Order: sequence, then structure tokens, then C-alpha cells
Amino acid sequence: MILVLAEHDHASIKSATHHAVTAAAKLGGPVHVLVAGHDAAGAAKGAASIAGVAKVLHADAPHLASPTAENLAAQVLAVAPSGYTHLVAPATGQGKNVMPRVAAKLDVAQVSEITAVVSADTFVRPIYAGNAFATVRSGDRVKVLTVRGTAFDAAAGGGAAPVEAVPVAPAVTRGAVVTGQELTKSERPELVGARIVISGGRGLGSGENYRKLLEPLADRLNAALGASRAAVDAGYVPNDYQVGQTGKIVAPELYIAVGISGAIQHLAGMKDSKVIVAINKDAEAPIFQIADYGLVGDLFEILPALTAALPAR
Amino acid sequence: MKILVPIKRVVDFNVKVRVKPDGSGVDTANVKMSMNPFDEIAVEEAVRLKERGVATEVVAVSCGVAACQETLRTALAIGADRAILVQADGELEPLAVAKLVAAVAKKEAPQLVILGKQAIDDDANQVGQMVAALLDWPQATFASKVEVAGGKATVKREVDGGLETVELELPAVITTDLRLNEPRYATLPNIMKAKKKPLETLDPAGLGVDVSPRLSTLKVAEPPARKGGGKVADVAELVAKLRNEAKVLP
Ligand SMILES: Cc1cc2nc3c(=O)[nH]c(=O)nc-3n(C[C@H](O)[C@H](O)[C@H](O)COP(=O)(O)OP(=O)(O)OC[C@H]3O[C@@H](n4cnc5c(N)ncnc54)[C@H](O)[C@@H]3O)c2cc1C
Repeated sequence: MILVLAEHDHASIKSATHHAVTAAAKLGGPVHVLVAGHDAAGAAKGAASIAGVAKVLHADAPHLASPTAENLAAQVLAVAPSGYTHLVAPATGQGKNVMPRVAAKLDVAQVSEITAVVSADTFVRPIYAGNAFATVRSGDRVKVLTVRGTAFDAAAGGGAAPVEAVPVAPAVTRGAVVTGQELTKSERPELVGARIVISGGRGLGSGENYRKLLEPLADRLNAALGASRAAVDAGYVPNDYQVGQTGKIVAPELYIAVGISGAIQHLAGMKDSKVIVAINKDAEAPIFQIADYGLVGDLFEILPALTAALPAR
Repeated sequence: MKILVPIKRVVDFNVKVRVKPDGSGVDTANVKMSMNPFDEIAVEEAVRLKERGVATEVVAVSCGVAACQETLRTALAIGADRAILVQADGELEPLAVAKLVAAVAKKEAPQLVILGKQAIDDDANQVGQMVAALLDWPQATFASKVEVAGGKATVKREVDGGLETVELELPAVITTDLRLNEPRYATLPNIMKAKKKPLETLDPAGLGVDVSPRLSTLKVAEPPARKGGGKVADVAELVAKLRNEAKVLP
């Protein structure tokens, strides 16, 4: 049996879960999804509708409203002994935060960010910013895995799995306490999972230029907005925009890199995009080596022209 | 208050590694090695806490081959007070490193363990969380701001949707993200001073830790090459190609 820890916002299930379910289904055995949250019946219902899910376990409690790694790990560990061979989570901020705790408590290894399932005990994962892929076999009795969403298609909807309420693990007393959140508000598609992504780098020069030049283009294309580390470090945009080895991993149908040089750490987060466009004034910039369509020139001239060439939605 | 900072020696972030022809791993012979960049940020943060009078001692610890002493000397040059090498040959998996760090933490009794969120070689992102679990301490991963006062750490964390603030009762574990600080360059006088700072060597058996691997690497391969390098002359050609050739625009 395989357990997938769901990614959700209590009201609904997030697409990262659908991708993880596809990976889990390749492991052999019924796939169960654990929804740990507060007033999360909506998310549980969403999980039940994912094709290929045999059962949803729903743990609901106030201390799971803004869950900490400590409390989520405790909840996974509470259900884990009922015969699960694999404990799986999407390799999101949450999955990365929680699953190593689970693995350590079970005294087993974790295999991070798998991109392929070779067999029930053998997995492929990127190392060195995706410059190499290792095939590793786990000898542990329970396999703890996180899944890179872009490597597995999203499981379809239309399922109707039963939802079972499970006992809630008590809140961990020696745990972190969440005291605040500053979430980035946006009407645009989420960066991870968007069909088109436009990312801006240091070449934009300021947050004002970033907004002035990239937002109108994003509006026309209904695109998500991303950034290089340099753009985030310089404060043009919030941290959750960062694409790369240590930021978000995206693989949209179209990725437009504007004023980004193409450091390996940035490429690690976007080079699996289907079509890559690079706009850069330096013809030697490494980003052009992986771009399908490179346009050498000044972004301050190109972007307004590109936006004007596209129909308003 | 004592701070323990575990650090890793890795292939420098500027090096583009090559897979060995026999697929047994990546070629690390004659390649520049450095401290993992996230760990440099961790050392810097610990040293700043000491400079602010919050911490009294910063102890750097590295697990691995004898050459990790160099990396530890770098930490001492940034401002750590002493260093511990847990010497072990062969590759150590994150779980083994976490057990070694937890064992050192039990001996040293620090109030904080600050470490990098991930190592840029195996990109595993596990050790900090595992140390916290093994010690049953609270954790704050992906920190972009840390304040310590009154037996508590307040940490701003980078999460998928933005930022989250958490409070941890000490002792606790913190892992660093890129925007926590900008590590200083070690000055020559400090590099000289670092050579005289104490460096103790321990081994896994002495700490009672079994570091045998749980995973076996069957093969390491290059990623499929991407055929890029295409150019367009102007915006009109770009839009036409995206529509008619790539078919990603209506
Ligand atoms: C541990 C570690 C982790 C990292 N993780 C990440 C990560 O996850 N993501 C990431 O992106 N980076 C990451 N980096 C940083 C990475 O190495 C690069 O420094 C960064 O990606 C550079 O960002 P950039 O391309 O925006 O800036 P630069 O490299 O400065 O490039 C700016 C580009 O803009 C172009 N330009 C300037 N003006 C114009 C103009 N008017 N018109 C057109 N083009 C113009 C220039 O020609 C140049 O190519 C990491 C680094 C380290 C050490």
C-alpha cells in the first residue's frame, strides 16, 4: 500500500497532489491519500475524485490549520504503521519540510525529488542541479519519497474513492509555532503548473521595470510570472517567484526568459520546458544555448513590441 | 549560548560536473571544492549572532574525508571558534550525517543547530529536518530572517506562497535559505588566525553511529541534451514561429 501526503489549502486539493498520485500509481499497490488539515472536507473530497486513488484518509484538527513539519510528520507517522510500503509527498516546500522528519523517525533513507520510478525499490533522481541523474535502489523496508511534479503527468479527475476519518495525532509539544504569514497575492496562474511562464532577471534593472514590462505581456498570454535569483535578491519580486535549483521547478509549454543570463542554477529549474524563448542583449549569454528561439537585443525595446504584437485577451 | 554549524565540502557551484564514462558517478577528480554555499550562510548567521552578543561560541562540524579539514578552516576563518571533523571515508547519506550531527549535538549541547537547507551536490534537502527529528527539537527550514531572544528563535521562512513566521523554543534547528545573509569574505589575518584554532577529530564508531548506506547507486547518467541555439531576427519572426512552428500561441 502506498500513502501520498496531500498538498491542499483545506478547501481544495492542489495539483501537486495529482502529479504525486501518478508517481505513486507506478509503485504497485493501492494508493491512499492523507489529507491532514482543518475544516478540510473540501480538500478530502477533491482527493477522492483523483483517478487511481483507492481511499482518502482525512485527519482534521485545529492544529493542522497552518500545519508545522512537526505536526504533519506526527500525523503521517500515526497512519504509517497500517501496512504502507511507500510514503510519498510532492517535492513542494511542504513535502521537503515534512518527509525527512518522517524518514528519520522511521530510521529509513529518503529519496528526494524522484523523476522516474524504475521499480518499487528503484528510482531516478537529479543531482548537481540536474546535470546528472542517479538511479538509486533503496534497501529499506519503507521507502520515503518526494516527487518532482514536472516529471509526472497530473492524474485525471473523475474518481470516487471513499473518505475515511482517521484519528488525529496529538499536537507535538516541542514543535515550531506558526505566528504569521505573508502570502503573495496574485490573479495570475500559479508559477508551478502554468502553461506559459515569463521570468525576468537582473537585466530588468528594477522592480518597477519588471512590473511595467512583464505584467502587460503576462496579461496578454495569461502567463505566470517568475524570476531569477538575482532579481529576487535585488528585491524586484518576492522570494516565491524564484525559478531554479533552489527555487521552483517548472516545465511549462512556453518559458520566456527576459534579461536572464542562464546560470546552471537557473537552468535547473526550467530546462525541461517544452519551448524556451530567450531575450538578452548579450549574444554569448548561456541561456541561448538551450533556447529554441533566441532574440538578441535590448529588452526595453523588444518587450513593448512583443506585447503590442499579441492580441489583447 | 552555543551554536553548532554542520558544513559540507562540495564541488564548487561554478563547476559544471561531468558524468564518468562508465556511469558510476560524476567526475570529482581535480575539480575545485568549496564549502556548500548554504552552509556558508549558516556559518555567517551563527557568527553574526555571536557578534551581536546572543551566542557565546560557534562550533563548526563536518562529516567526511580528511580533506573536510580545509572546509572547516574556512568556517574558522569566517569566525567559528572551533571545529570538529567526524572522519569517515566513502559517501555518507543524509540519514548517516544527521545521526552523526545529532550525536555531536548530544555531546556539545548547543542551543541552536544552524545548517544549509540543501547541499548543491546531492540536492537532497534532508539533513536539518532529520537532525530535528532525531533530537525531537523544533525546526524552521528555509530561513530568510532569524532573531533570537528570551530562549526563543523567531524565524521568517520562505514557503511556496511567500513567507511564514514561526517561533521555536530553544534548543532548535534552523536551515538557511539564500536571502538570510551575504557571507563575508575571510580576510587574510583571519585565515591565519583560523590555522591556530582548535580542530578535533572524531569517528562514527566513537559516536556510536552506524553509517552504512541504505541506498545503492546503480547508475549515473547525463540528462538528455536539449537542442537549443535557435535564433530569430526580430519580434515579428518570434511571434510567427511561436504560432506556426512551435504552435504554443493561438
Ligand atoms: C547556491 C546557489 C543557488 C542558486 N540558486 C539559484 C536559483 O534557484 N535560481 C536562479 O535563477 N539562480 C540561482 N543562483 C544564482 C545563479 O548562479 C545566478 O547568479 C543567477 O541566476 C543570475 O541571475 P540573472 O541571470 O538574472 O543575472 P545575470 O547573470 O546578471 O544576468 C543578467 C542578464 O541580463 C542581460 N541584460 C542586461 N541588460 C539587458 C537589456 N537591456 N536587454 C537585454 N538583456 C539584458 C545581460 O546580458 C545578462 O545576461 C544560485 C546560486 C548559488 C550559489
